[in-house]
Amino acid sequence: MLSRTADNLYWLFRYTERADFVARILEATMRLAALPTSYSGVRNEWESALAVAGDSDIFHLHYDVVNEDTVRDFLAFSQHNPSSIRSCLESARTNARGVRTALTMEMWETINDAWLELQRGRRSDMDRNAFSDFLQFTKAVSLNFDGSAYRTMLRNDAYYFTRLGVSIERADNTARILDVKYHMLLPETERVGGSLDYFQWTTILREVQAHTAYHWVYRESVRPWLVADLLILNRQMPRSLACCCESLVRHLDLIADLYGRRGPAQRFASATSARLGAARIEEVFGQGLHEWVSEFINENNRLGAAIAEQYLI
Amino acid sequence: MSAFDEMTGRDGDDETRSPYSRIDEWLKKTPRDHLDARRSQAELFFRRIGITFAVYGEEAASERLIPFDIIPRIITKDEWRRVEKGLEQRVRALNMFLADLYGKQEILRAGIIPPELILTNPAYRLEMKGLKVPHDIYCHIAGIDLVRVDEDTFYVLEDNARTPSGVSYMLENREVTMRLFPELFARHRVAPVEEYPDALLAALQSVAPTSGRREPTVALLTPGQFNSAYYEHSFLADKLGVELVEAGDLFVKDDVVYMRTTEGPRRIDVLYRRLDDEYIDPLVFRPDSVLGVPGLFGAYQAGNVTLANAVGTGVADDKAVYTYMPEIVRFYMGEDPILHNVPTWRCRERDSLAYVLEKLDDLVVKEVNGSGGYGMLVGPHATKAQVEEFRRKLKHNPEGFIAQPTLALSTCPTFVASGVAPRHVDLRPFVLSGAKGVSIIPGGLTRVALKEGSLVVNSSQGGGTKDTWIVDA
Repeated sequence: MLSRTADNLYWLFRYTERADFVARILEATMRLAALPTSYSGVRNEWESALAVAGDSDIFHLHYDVVNEDTVRDFLAFSQHNPSSIRSCLESARTNARGVRTALTMEMWETINDAWLELQRGRRSDMDRNAFSDFLQFTKAVSLNFDGSAYRTMLRNDAYYFTRLGVSIERADNTARILDVKYHMLLPETERVGGSLDYFQWTTILREVQAHTAYHWVYRESVRPWLVADLLILNRQMPRSLACCCESLVRHLDLIADLYGRRGPAQRFASATSARLGAARIEEVFGQGLHEWVSEFINENNRLGAAIAEQYLI
Repeated sequence: MSAFDEMTGRDGDDETRSPYSRIDEWLKKTPRDHLDARRSQAELFFRRIGITFAVYGEEAASERLIPFDIIPRIITKDEWRRVEKGLEQRVRALNMFLADLYGKQEILRAGIIPPELILTNPAYRLEMKGLKVPHDIYCHIAGIDLVRVDEDTFYVLEDNARTPSGVSYMLENREVTMRLFPELFARHRVAPVEEYPDALLAALQSVAPTSGRREPTVALLTPGQFNSAYYEHSFLADKLGVELVEAGDLFVKDDVVYMRTTEGPRRIDVLYRRLDDEYIDPLVFRPDSVLGVPGLFGAYQAGNVTLANAVGTGVADDKAVYTYMPEIVRFYMGEDPILHNVPTWRCRERDSLAYVLEKLDDLVVKEVNGSGGYGMLVGPHATKAQVEEFRRKLKHNPEGFIAQPTLALSTCPTFVASGVAPRHVDLRPFVLSGAKGVSIIPGGLTRVALKEGSLVVNSSQGGGTKDTWIVDA
């Protein structure tokens, strides 16, 4: 297939995945912000949402204060923010239009309908109910889109490139949450706070849609190091770094089989995945959670560059 | 002057013509709100699949739907058969004409056409002189615009020999009509159009460079998604099962064209390019073109890739050359043209110019190099100022214009705001030429001027489209 087509598909799925991620960050943050101060601790949840899902340099060019209104506007609607939900869905639709022939009808209709809906003038001054509906809509779009890809696409290289886009983006998103909130997950002895943190931890779980999964996996109340374990090393958890890496390895291998040639991207992904497979959460904390996560983000970016180099340009 | 109505005949008060009897019956018994509902359904369908058309110069409406009229247009098989013969004759002549212009130029030497009309024509490509193209076919895909003026007469309004568009609407209109009115459809025996993509692919493959290595690789070259006809490009690539490529996907090495794929470079044999001559290769044509591929023309000259249509076909659809089409058909085919031109005055000729200037209020004046309804004066509908502006233009540059009588284009029943009413239509059939001959899909794209009395059917000027049914009488 054309390199440009593969590139478009890859980014199309990165954008829809990112839209879904930003929507979930906003949802979890609204929930946290609605708690009485005595439960949620210091009132900085909107700054934290901005740090996880946006670029604060771009934010400060266009807004004076960080609060619910400005962060909501920036993350959901701003045209200045390339990762706002609106920008993501618009970029996704542009990419989709560029690869019409590689999409199934169902996929095209999902993304085009979403774009038409956006054109109907989603406003930043909507009340919380309307905004909440908008976030539901965004999640439904990503879900429908990914679902129609899963159900209707031929299992060939085009499909494999869409999976690479989803997995790279997911790994990056999960790692960004850990990068911003690592201090909440450090062992209790190193923490000042107290029971307030419970709501911070469950917020993290909600952000990766793992609130219920946690209880099925660990069968005990929420502990910070287990939250870290779930997000980093648990292979059953679809948004964990380990699971994303496994998916990257699998789909890169399928591409290599199809083309009869392996390259740097395959070797790179296997190495990262093997390292994650052998790691234990105690070691991660031993090396320093923050350092470990930062290193992972760099590695994930390097893998993205290797994939681009090998196939997309 | 009253128009011929394809349902009711001249003056619109005759009895229903027999080809329309079932449509008439259906329109009489179908309630208005039913038609309304069907129209909304059709619009939703088009909007969802994204059949849009960009109108240049309108930023806000940069993605618009071409209005679709739900009432099909009926042409009988017998009527069509004559049209079809005439189209085949005309397109064969067009291809022989082009081969001659870029070859021995016998038609110029015979004095049939003034040589300066060709040789100084901006669409005549000197780079093509002496270049041999596979099977002497230049115009692989032609769109011939026809208008009907009475029971028996179809005129050719213009030939589109460069990169004619609209065929996706012909195909999608049919899909929609079949979905909206299965009952009405079943009661007519309608000739299918769905084999167009197969016929197109066969024609393109048949003109691959003859080195005969393997199954030829065909690709469709688009200027990109901001082009007004992008939807059509992606639609056709999909139906043909070929890659839709942009300039950045292609490169030329040692006079061979390759596309960049995830598995490395892949050679291209036939490029169905939907990009004008000027833009295809910045090394040979417009140096500022970012839509083209450096070296593409060199590969073409070396015979390693076939371009469809060939470079330089525009000289044959020039509106001044159009006026010579009857002579061109006679010269190459040795027979009288089956399809006639609209009577046309060449403003380059002094007597004609005088006549045109005198009758400006009654005539349609067209710029020789204009297209898509831009740069055109429809005398009877124009303001005084517009008429005067054209008078100045004509005096200043008579060679740049032709004039035609305001034709009473036929009308067809059309569902508009006020109900079902007659509206003017034209017809663009698509004619394919390959190594194995000419093929024409029955019907074509009917364009309809939705405004009452309007004669301008161009989609860029607010015209719509209709499904066109060639039926057993």
